[in-house]
Amino acid sequence: MSWVGRRLPRYEDPVLLRGDGRYVADLARGARAMRFVRSPVASGRILSVKAPPGAIVITAADLAAVKPICPRLLRPDFVPIAQPVLARDRVRHVGEAIAAVIADSAAAAEDIAEQVEIEIAPETPVVSLDQALAPGAPLVHGDAANNTVIDTGLDAGDVDTAFASAHRVVEFTFTSRRQSAMPLEARAALAVFDTSSGRITLSVSAQSPHLIRTGIADALAMPENELRVIAPDVGGGFGQKVPLIPEHIVAVWAARRYRCAVAWIEDRLENLTAAFHARDQRIALRGAFAADGKLLALDADIQCNIGAYSNSPVTCAVEPLMAMSELPGPYAVGAYRVRSRGITTNTCPMAPYRGVSRPVITSAMERLMDTAASRLGLDPLAVRRRNLISSFPYASVTGIVHDAGSYREAMDTAAETLDIAAFRKRQQSARAEGRYLGLGFSVFAERTGYGTPTFSLRKMEVTVGFERVEVAMDPSGFVEARIGASPHGQGLKTTLAQLLADEIGVAPDRIRIVSGDTDRTPYGFGTFASRSAVVAGGACKLAGIQLRDRLKEVAAQELEAAASDIDIADGRALVRGTDLAVPVPELARAAYHQSHRFPTIVDTGLSAVATYDPAGTFSNACHAAIVEIDTATGKVSLERFVIVEDAGILINPTIVEGQIHGGVAQGIANALYEQIVYDDSGNILTGSLADYLVPTLSEIPDLEIHHLETVTDASITGVKGVGEGGAIGAPGAVLNAVVDALSPFGVEVFEMPITPQRILQLLRESRSRTT
Amino acid sequence: MKPAAFRYFAPRTVEEALDLLAEHGDDGKILAGGQSLVPAMNFRLARPASLIDINRIAALDYLREEAGALRIGALARHARFERPVASGALGPFLPRVAHQIAHLPIRVRGTFAGSLAHADPASEWCVVAATLDAELVAESRRGTRNLRPDEYFTGALTTALEPDELLTEIRLPLLGDQWRSGFAEFSRRAGDYALAMCAAFLRIEQGRIVEARIGLGGAADRPARIAAAERLLIGSDGGDDAKRAAGDAAAQAIEPLVDVQADAEYRRDLVRAMVNRAVAQACG
Amino acid sequence: MTDKTEITFTVNGASRTVMVEPRRTLADTLREDCGLTGTHLGCEHGVCGACTILLDGQPVRSCLMFAVQAEGAQLRTVEGLAEGDKLHPIQQAFWDNHGLQCGYCTPGFLMLAVGVLEQNTDIDETELREVLSSNLCRCTGYQNIVKSVLAAAAEMRQWPRSGGP
Repeated sequence: MSWVGRRLPRYEDPVLLRGDGRYVADLARGARAMRFVRSPVASGRILSVKAPPGAIVITAADLAAVKPICPRLLRPDFVPIAQPVLARDRVRHVGEAIAAVIADSAAAAEDIAEQVEIEIAPETPVVSLDQALAPGAPLVHGDAANNTVIDTGLDAGDVDTAFASAHRVVEFTFTSRRQSAMPLEARAALAVFDTSSGRITLSVSAQSPHLIRTGIADALAMPENELRVIAPDVGGGFGQKVPLIPEHIVAVWAARRYRCAVAWIEDRLENLTAAFHARDQRIALRGAFAADGKLLALDADIQCNIGAYSNSPVTCAVEPLMAMSELPGPYAVGAYRVRSRGITTNTCPMAPYRGVSRPVITSAMERLMDTAASRLGLDPLAVRRRNLISSFPYASVTGIVHDAGSYREAMDTAAETLDIAAFRKRQQSARAEGRYLGLGFSVFAERTGYGTPTFSLRKMEVTVGFERVEVAMDPSGFVEARIGASPHGQGLKTTLAQLLADEIGVAPDRIRIVSGDTDRTPYGFGTFASRSAVVAGGACKLAGIQLRDRLKEVAAQELEAAASDIDIADGRALVRGTDLAVPVPELARAAYHQSHRFPTIVDTGLSAVATYDPAGTFSNACHAAIVEIDTATGKVSLERFVIVEDAGILINPTIVEGQIHGGVAQGIANALYEQIVYDDSGNILTGSLADYLVPTLSEIPDLEIHHLETVTDASITGVKGVGEGGAIGAPGAVLNAVVDALSPFGVEVFEMPITPQRILQLLRESRSRTT
Repeated sequence: MKPAAFRYFAPRTVEEALDLLAEHGDDGKILAGGQSLVPAMNFRLARPASLIDINRIAALDYLREEAGALRIGALARHARFERPVASGALGPFLPRVAHQIAHLPIRVRGTFAGSLAHADPASEWCVVAATLDAELVAESRRGTRNLRPDEYFTGALTTALEPDELLTEIRLPLLGDQWRSGFAEFSRRAGDYALAMCAAFLRIEQGRIVEARIGLGGAADRPARIAAAERLLIGSDGGDDAKRAAGDAAAQAIEPLVDVQADAEYRRDLVRAMVNRAVAQACG
Repeated sequence: MTDKTEITFTVNGASRTVMVEPRRTLADTLREDCGLTGTHLGCEHGVCGACTILLDGQPVRSCLMFAVQAEGAQLRTVEGLAEGDKLHPIQQAFWDNHGLQCGYCTPGFLMLAVGVLEQNTDIDETELREVLSSNLCRCTGYQNIVKSVLAAAAEMRQWPRSGGP
């Protein structure tokens, strides 16, 4: 019986449940504490930095030899922007690190940090997209004219003709405000200097330890092999913990300089003000529709606020580029024109956050579908059905190839599950009582599990993408698989053990997955972009097959049979059609201690290395939400939420569902709750979890998941990525449900989060229009 | 987010506490439940030089009815109020309010009197005290003062307490069974500070409201009874028109707080809705 | 101002004496002075609940108390739940029901749930959901946390009235 497909409890859990997990702060007892002194103003010239006497305070002057962080795209329309590791001459956002204090305890470091005197001549900041794009606006970076770091576009098909011949043009500007990924463990780094080897071990709360090691070594001009980077237990990341950050570099620099252990444990105020934010994008969208709902052409102007600096290595262009290429989503459209820009401002830098630009583009497209349906007098699902890609593979107008999926089936299944006719009746009778219910759908396809064939199109100086796996069986018959991916809560160790168990023929509890340690694992890019199960999983499959073949060769000798007649399963090798068998541990022992008998595997022994680097596979889903709106307060309550997801083959359905649950909760947060708010001076007004509204259980409804399993040949395991989908699909469904609920008032919503205050404003505006 | 250093005192008696306050009150703070003070200290927004922890003064941990009032000692914690602790109309009312205060682990520590001393405009107990015209007992070495809410609450997070005074007791006047109560609040998430809340007490005779107490919180810089709303309700049947009129009057009577979650207009909207709901509950 | 005070309390049944500055929070003392790093810090202002422990049987935020206040108190942390190799029913339920992902919020949820269920295993689902809204989780969307705690409640109802197993 296959291990893939089983709902195994996770191997990761017992340690975490006992409180024996080891997050960076847990390892930092005894280390000296590092605290950053951060800019209180959004823009200004640094006049002086004065440290209190006797304190260890590191400033830019100490780091003159350290290179800035400056990720690049190898394309002419991209302006690289350099981020000094500590601010040198000027500050560009509130929270930017200016100095680092080292002391014996976190409290003492904070005491000293308060005494560091910083004199800054403030200048007028640009905070919003409008401010940054205004003629004559102050420049955040001198070499980024118009505060624009990338300005690109494409024009495919005959857009003008399509618009000219359209029965109806639907247009609006859709806005997604600023969020934080808000992992519950904030960022952290512990750098320990080893006096005997001279090496540094950096334990870091991160998603991509190998990339971080390369980045630090580059910045400090040190050999990579003098640095070991470990991602121990990591308390969530969601993208925020992918990039290299100045704090990593300063920690390693300080541990080398002072030959000691230095720990930076970010607090929540720092995390909300200085750790990467996300979204803050708007799309001016126009759709040309035929009378039957066919989408003839799309025209979009995408603007992404990228904050004050880029992020390494994927760069700040990742949002505008992805939004540009994936805007049409699951819909077949023959003509598409788009301009897409990344705009720098005096705000916290942005990094990819679960879904990257797709929660925004999906919500915009799903609002377009519903708005078109309403203007054309058609059923919203009929308009989608008219446009959804239905034959695969499908090459989109932007050149993306969609592998097999179930776009229409997912939507139809969601519609059936909800019983729309019954809902409409209930909605009518509720309205009669002054209660406003609404139903909304959101359909999307999400490119997942892609490697360098896809990433290289972005022309990143650091083109991420492949994953490598080293698998070895030890003499006891146990297996170790060392992966370059770096899971941090996704259950990837259990998932990969299940996958390898089937390939090798031993139980998953005999397989240990090693990750997150540059000394122990092959170079890899880490865990992000819904890639690990697909890409690291594919590499595991390839390596597992090799290992199994080697075991078969050993078994062939031991059992005096042809290797091709041998099956390995349930921990033993069996000659097919006989009862001749030998336990795997005996094969392992023989391979090591009687190696002279197995000349064909002498080069590798019982080990294998494999790399997987696919172009990617699309998972898809339909989300549907039923909301009730209290028109006296504007409060939106979620009554029901249905997800029909197609993630291909499910290795562990329970783990897959967990990923969807978490993603949907974050999507609901995006739609209704979370917002980082800046004032006009660039100060953050939402610097605590009392103001930045991460939903509690009371705000998240029961989530009903239905699986479809399309078999794809774009992924050698048949697995599609699922880490981000929940966050991508949920906001659009919620927004459409809100608009449906408010349809008696003619309120339309093209923004998120849609807050109770905004709902009452929109209701008021609607009333004043009609009176 | 580690607090600045402070000197710590843990008196065992009220007298010791008052002595310490007399000595350190100017740059000191009382630590009771600590559920508002300690976060502020962790952010270093509050940095008292001395902290006088009253949690070991067993004599302050009481709730009792005496002379027509529920007397609440300074150490009575929110969680005590989740079950009925008073006779008459306050019996069902106080648990309803208590359940809306933050979350269970906060209610386990936080105290009624501490909420009043902190005087957050969105504190449920502050609204209750204002609506019921509670008596607040402040003690110092100089003597004892009994304060009324309208003189006690002087603004957001500010009160008439002197630096050497300890709020030792709050006396909530008991209301007879003929009084009906309602309480409504609105917050973005479960357990958040309310953006607006209303406590309503009505005495109804033969279908007419003959006496009314309407208190608002979270909406302006301090909790207060809204006389204009009360006047509109008295003599009415508490029907839709009366509720709407009372809500409108309350919305107009306040100088609304403005913050990230709510501008003035929205706060007034919420006041209307909360008055309406609290009155409806009381009439229902 | 950084004079240390000696305090003694009981953690998970064992008496501990530590020297702390008055400003040391109980959470930091458990982590740094007692080495009990299972109690996590997620916000240090009382909203997230990752640091929830039991103080004399009641769930509290250990980031909102100073260690000096815990003199003489009985404290329980996540490290005290299992008995040797045997997980506490709440831990087993979280494992069986995939009630955790990154694990960072987990100790806080476990202690919150234990604190409530030990007092009342018959707590109804509505009330339980209200209590579980006390803490934040960023990974699970709370779905399997609710499932886990309901499963643990059912298991704990089987216990003799006298207390734990």
